Formats: sequence, structure tokens, C-alpha cells
Amino acid sequence: MRKAQRYIIEVIGIILAVIWLSPFYLMIINSFKTKREIFMDTLRLPEVFTFDNYVEAFGQLDFLKTFFNSLLITIVSVGIIIIFSSMGAYALSRRKGKISAFLFFMFVGAMLIPFQSVMIPLVYIFGKMDMLNRIGLIFMYLGFGCSLSIFLYHGTLNGIPKSLDEAAIIDGANRFQVFWHIIFPMLKPITVTVAILNTIWIWNDYLLPSLVINKEGMHTIPLKMFFFFGEYTKQWHLALAGLTIAILPVIIGYFFAQKQIIKGVSEGAVK
Amino acid sequence: MKKQTLWYWLFLAPVLIALTVVVIIPFIFGLYYSFTDWNGIQSTQFVGLKHYMEVFQDKEFLNSLWFTVKFSVASVIFINVLGLTLALIVTQKMKTSKILRTIFFMPNLIGGLILGFIWQFIFIKVFASIGDLLNIESLKGWLSTPETGFWGLVILMSWQMAGYIMVIYIAYLENIPQELLEAAEIDGANSFQRFRHITFPLVAPAFTVSLFLTLSNSFKLYDQNLSLTGGGPYNSTQMLAMEIFKTAFSENQMAYAQSKAIIFFIIVAIISLTQVYFNKKREVEM
Repeated sequence: MRKAQRYIIEVIGIILAVIWLSPFYLMIINSFKTKREIFMDTLRLPEVFTFDNYVEAFGQLDFLKTFFNSLLITIVSVGIIIIFSSMGAYALSRRKGKISAFLFFMFVGAMLIPFQSVMIPLVYIFGKMDMLNRIGLIFMYLGFGCSLSIFLYHGTLNGIPKSLDEAAIIDGANRFQVFWHIIFPMLKPITVTVAILNTIWIWNDYLLPSLVINKEGMHTIPLKMFFFFGEYTKQWHLALAGLTIAILPVIIGYFFAQKQIIKGVSEGAVK
Repeated sequence: MKKQTLWYWLFLAPVLIALTVVVIIPFIFGLYYSFTDWNGIQSTQFVGLKHYMEVFQDKEFLNSLWFTVKFSVASVIFINVLGLTLALIVTQKMKTSKILRTIFFMPNLIGGLILGFIWQFIFIKVFASIGDLLNIESLKGWLSTPETGFWGLVILMSWQMAGYIMVIYIAYLENIPQELLEAAEIDGANSFQRFRHITFPLVAPAFTVSLFLTLSNSFKLYDQNLSLTGGGPYNSTQMLAMEIFKTAFSENQMAYAQSKAIIFFIIVAIISLTQVYFNKKREVEM
């Protein structure tokens, strides 16, 4: 009886998984069809697999450049968020008092503010400072990303005894040395979580880059995709090939790091 | 400054400056602008609560507020029911549970903008093909009416976020001691009774987390809205975030848009603070 029950649950699970994957499957099979064939039927496999759509979409998306733009923004921003948030959280966790409590409250409280509520003045202020460029964007990611990252680091740092730091300081190390040589290596698991959460967010972000670096040549993948899709709305064969290209890097990354990704996301959400 | 406090401020300076310049100052400026006639370049006078009064008579804003509320309620229900179902399936001891988790979670890694475009194809072209094949008229013309636009958004959001909520439930489900379930089984409890009396109470905290997470994510939705329906037909599926964006950057009514943004903030903050309240209350009870 129990075996049968388990078997039924497994079959339901597999059916659901097939449903879950079907949008990707349909996107991929149709991306190999000609425009005419998509018009006739979207459910059948293509009669002849054509790679023409991919060649054209790859060129139209200027994909190597676009991919590199996304990579650059994401890596630099996530790196900066990790370095400065861990340092900030370290300071807050080692000197307890009213100031630290207030600052921690301020960082966490800022998470309540949705992006749309600061978007208009933010663009205005950065425009005035002539900072609507990649450096400005990366700085904004630090500002928006530091709250959650500090919160996550702070929780872990509170569990690391202060006596560790004090012993090193008595031995003549300064705070930078203590932090980078002793504490930061101990934070590796939470650093992985912070890196994953911020990477998913920044890699996929559309709205902020669209306001800050909306210039030809600087476009990230979501930004480029928006314009590409707008141009090819009625040409699904190209649009679908473009979409497949755009999600390929994410799927490859997921394939290699799925365990850490799922773990990181669940930690970030539960805390 | 004493050397002891110098390192403290040096460590904090980068994040403090970034938060202040990127979030706090724009927020304060925004609050101020919402009471003026700021046009994106300059403000000449203080207008008090004028914009706020207008917002509550702004049909387009009220429509999108109502649409956002309806959408949020529907997606919260669907996402949580689906997410818990998926979690209960994949925590069974079976060969495929790992690969199933991987599949269900996958949509979360892809940006909402791209997912919206993929589903535009599914709803417009694939649904029409299925409709042709099975002779179902109601599968044709999806996203061209307010109802199909609404359900399109709910389906997209549920498909995307159920895997995320699944992961949260899994974290709690896997913390349930197996001995407890086995002992209950030996004592003769059937699988429903075990769920009702052991699993459910121990997983209850996950409900609060998931409920508010889905609520605030649905309420703030922008990318999927933009790429799936673009707010259409005739602004009928335009959610709040998009309405604010349009007022600011298409209609150029900066101060007015900012007052909408402040109202948006207040609603989102109330949702989040309610969650904090429930979390604290539960911690006290435990």
C-alpha cells in the first residue's frame, strides 16, 4: 500500500515537472523553425532544424559584447558588495552600543523602501552628479544590496567569539589584518550565499540599468533583450532564438552550482 | 579621533556612504518633492497635500491599485498551494526527488523580463495552437482581454515563484525529526493524520515567511508585467509599479508620480512590518 502511494506521488511529481519544463521545451523547438512553420503549428517538432535564427539573433543581440557587459557589471558589483558589507557588518558586530544598534536598524530598515519609491529622485541626483554611467550603477548596487548582505553577515559574525580578534590584536595585528586573515576566511559559507543572492538579482535586473546605462554599447542582457524583443515582436522565430541564447548562460551556471544556489536562496529567504 | 573608533568608521564608511546617497537622500528628497510642484528640473512652490488628494481621485491609479490587490491575492494563494504541494512531493524518498527540485526551482534564476517574453509566446501562439487542435475557443486570443491578461500574469508568477516557496518549505520539512513521524505511524496514524498533527504545526512558521514574501513580491511586480502584457489591453493589467513609472517618465509629472511612489512605499512598508510583527510574536511564543 505504502509503496503504491509513493509510486503515485512520484508519477504526479514527474507530470508536474514535465508541465514545468514545457515552456522551455516549446521555446526551444520553435526557435529552430522557420517563420512560416511557427505560423502553421507551434506544437510539432520542426521539419528541418535550422540554425539561421540563431546566427541572426546572435548577431542582432551583439551577444558577446552584451554578455561581457552583464558579466562585468555583475562581477564588480557583487565583489564590492561582499567586501564592503562584510567589513561593515564586522564593525557593527564587534563594537556593540547605541551607535551600532542604530546603524544596524537603519541598514535593515532601508529594506522596507521599494525601488520605485526612490527611483525618480535617484535618477535626478545621479544625473546632476554626472554619474549615470557604469560606475554610478555599480555604486547604486552597493547601496541597494548592502542591507541584506550586512544583515546576513551580521548574523554569522555574532556567532564568532571576540576573543579570537583580541588574541590576534595582542599579538600585534591591526584590525584590517585581523579581519582579512582571520575572520573573513571563516565567513566563507555565508559569503557564498551573499554572492549567489546578489548575482541572481543583478544579472537579471532590468529596471535600474534601463534608467542608468541605457546607451548603445553598454546594454546588459535584459536591457538588450527588451529592445530586441520590441523590434521582433511579430518574428517569433528570431525572438525565440534570442531568448534561448539569453538564458543559456544561466542554465549552464545552474547546472554546475545548483546545490549551492538552492541552499543559498533558501538561507537568504528564511532568515 | 581615537584609534579605536577610527577603524570602526573606516570599515563602515563605504556602505554608509552608499546607503545614504543611493537610498536615504533620494527618499528624503522624494518625500519633499511630493509636496511641491517639482517638474524634474526645479520646484517653485510648496503645494502641500494637493498631489495626494489628486491621487485618490486618479482613476488610472485606483484601477491599477485594485488590479494589483486582486493579482496579489490570487498569486499568493496559487503560489503557496503549489509551493507546498511541490515541497511535499520532493521530500518523499524517491529516486527522482533531486532532479524534480532542480526543475521546479529553475524559473527563479531567469529574469522576470525574459520569462514574460517566453510566456507571451506560450499564451499567444501555443495556446492558440492547442485551441485549434482541441477546438477550444477560449484558448484563443489570450492576453488580448483584461481577464486573460490577469490570469496570464497569475500563471506566470505561480510558475516562477512556486519553486522558490518550495525551497522554503523544504527547509522546514527537512527539520522535522523522522523518529516522530515513524513513531506516529507505528501508533497507527495515517498519512493525513501525520500531516495534520505533526508536519503542519512544525511547518507553520514557513507559512508566515512564504505568505509575506509572495505578497510583497507580487505587489511590487514590474518586469513580468512589462514583458508579458505591457499593461495592456488599454492599461487594464497595469500594476502599481508600472503606473508610477509611466506617470514619471512617459507623462513627465515628476512630483505627482513621486507622491504615488510614497503611497506605494507606505503600503509595502505596512505589509513588511506586519510580517516583522508576526515573526516577533512567534519568537516570543516559542
